Amino acid sequence: MLGAATKKQKRSDSEPGAETGRGEMSESRPTPATSTEAAAVPGRRAKTIEVRAVDLFYGDFQAVEGVTMTIEPNKVTALIGSSGCGKTTFLRSLNRMHELTPGARVQGEVTLDGEDIYDGRVDPVAVRRLIGMVFQQPNPFPTMSIYDNVAAGLNLNAKKVSKTQKDGVVERSLRGAHLWEEVKDRLDKPGGGLSGGQQQRLCIARAIAVEPEVLLMDEPCSALDPVATLAVEDLIAELKNRYTIVVVTHNMQQAARASDVTAFFNLDETGKPGHLVEMGPTEEIFTNPKKKETEDYVSGRFG
Amino acid sequence: MESSVQSLGQDGSSRLLASGLGWRRRAVNIVMTALIAGAFVLAMLPLFSLVFEVAKRGIPGLSLEFFTEDARGVVGGGGASHAIMGTLVITGVAAVISVPIGIMAAIYLNEYGTGRLRRALTFFVDVMTGIPSIVAGLFAYALFEIFFGPGIRLGVMGSVALSVLMTPIVIRSAEEVLKIVPDHLREASYALGTPKWKTITKIVLPTAFAGLVTGVMIAIARIVGETAPLLVTTGVVDSMNTDPFDGRMQNLAVYAYNEYRSPGVMKQAAYDKAWAAALTLIAIVMILNVAARLVYRRYKTEIR
Repeated sequence: MLGAATKKQKRSDSEPGAETGRGEMSESRPTPATSTEAAAVPGRRAKTIEVRAVDLFYGDFQAVEGVTMTIEPNKVTALIGSSGCGKTTFLRSLNRMHELTPGARVQGEVTLDGEDIYDGRVDPVAVRRLIGMVFQQPNPFPTMSIYDNVAAGLNLNAKKVSKTQKDGVVERSLRGAHLWEEVKDRLDKPGGGLSGGQQQRLCIARAIAVEPEVLLMDEPCSALDPVATLAVEDLIAELKNRYTIVVVTHNMQQAARASDVTAFFNLDETGKPGHLVEMGPTEEIFTNPKKKETEDYVSGRFG
Repeated sequence: MESSVQSLGQDGSSRLLASGLGWRRRAVNIVMTALIAGAFVLAMLPLFSLVFEVAKRGIPGLSLEFFTEDARGVVGGGGASHAIMGTLVITGVAAVISVPIGIMAAIYLNEYGTGRLRRALTFFVDVMTGIPSIVAGLFAYALFEIFFGPGIRLGVMGSVALSVLMTPIVIRSAEEVLKIVPDHLREASYALGTPKWKTITKIVLPTAFAGLVTGVMIAIARIVGETAPLLVTTGVVDSMNTDPFDGRMQNLAVYAYNEYRSPGVMKQAAYDKAWAAALTLIAIVMILNVAARLVYRRYKTEIR
């Protein structure tokens, strides 16, 4: 069960990473707070996601059919494909966000380091603590300051975190998201006051503050200008050292630039479910794909 | 680019100016503007006339005594402090009953409810919104009669009657406000591994806070002047009573009604007091509305 793994993770984190403030932490605290110290520890273990024969439905409509893939740790996996081919739906099934849509269903198996995240005994909330998500539209909480946005995961989920500890997590996460220098003097200002690119990095900081093992990103740059996009891409390249990253993108150059592995989704025609056409090292997909379909897509000749 | 600019300058004609503003279009514009402005004035006239008339007739009845004295054992004199207090207590208790029920029901409808049950509840809330107020009064009376016997009159009965009227209004407005909290905020919260109830209490409700408060205040303003349900539940009384669970309780609307219906020997003084009570009620409603706006402006969350 996932809960057990969470505890194991907590212990393995706390051995090498002994730093400040550890004495204050109680045993019963849930993962995010406890493993925060690990944020500073390089080379923490990212996780592998195995997907086997996953079908995704919205009511009677099947959006995705028969996807099997392995998402490797410490790599950026890009999901590309035309609109409506189910990449975003698929991404959302990886941390059980898909089922939040009324009528949505999942068939098949998704495992995080061997554990089935759709096991009936698994709490979706626990899954989402380990598999974080960044959305297409930057969505900082409008009622909260920059500081509180980053600390939201701790405030919402942890039992009690000391102020100093929280300060540490906020600074580390903001530094991790390359935002610290820009906002350190106005942490108490609302997050909505930042520019779009800054807001997106704030959302990334918020996501990594809870120390997930996997980070899912749904077109994280589509609402950003090129400069902000580059900043986020740089950030992604750096984050992969610590996380397993899956990025949905419409931007082929972005996939080529920022990812190690690329998975191409397609659908035969509108109304039919999307499926995984081909997956492989990004370079190979873009220069020497195995399927003609893929080649047509990446070179801009569709259909 | 350059040449076209020149050609425009040279022959002095512009395609933008060529047609000019036709006289017909101008005329239609003037007529329509006048019609719309006229409709607005027509709609506003009764309002201003009403406020003006109530103020004109109500001000003579206002006095320090009106706000500080009750009407116990006096003939023609006395004040309406008992009615003002009664209105505040009855409405306050009604709000205490309605607001939690209403907001929780709205949370259910918007965050949890699905399918048929949800649709049925929405339908019944709509029906409840249309309940005639006297029916709410009779309902409350019948309810309390079961336990306390016929002829029972209590302040809290009025509150129950008013809350029957107020709850659906609160549900409706709270539901609307919760609806405009964007889903992406809920999802952002879930993606941090936050349970649903915490997402609602820590993200959705704070984001909707200003709108919820505004809705509640407007619901209060809507019921504060109810007369019929209170006539049959709280009764008529001349003396101050601050305990909603003990005996009859006066309120402004019933007070105004009663001063007019049985003015006694000093007719004009009674009429003046009725109007003063009406003016006070309007003032309360206005204060609530202004307060709602201020709260909204102060606490509203920028939602994109």
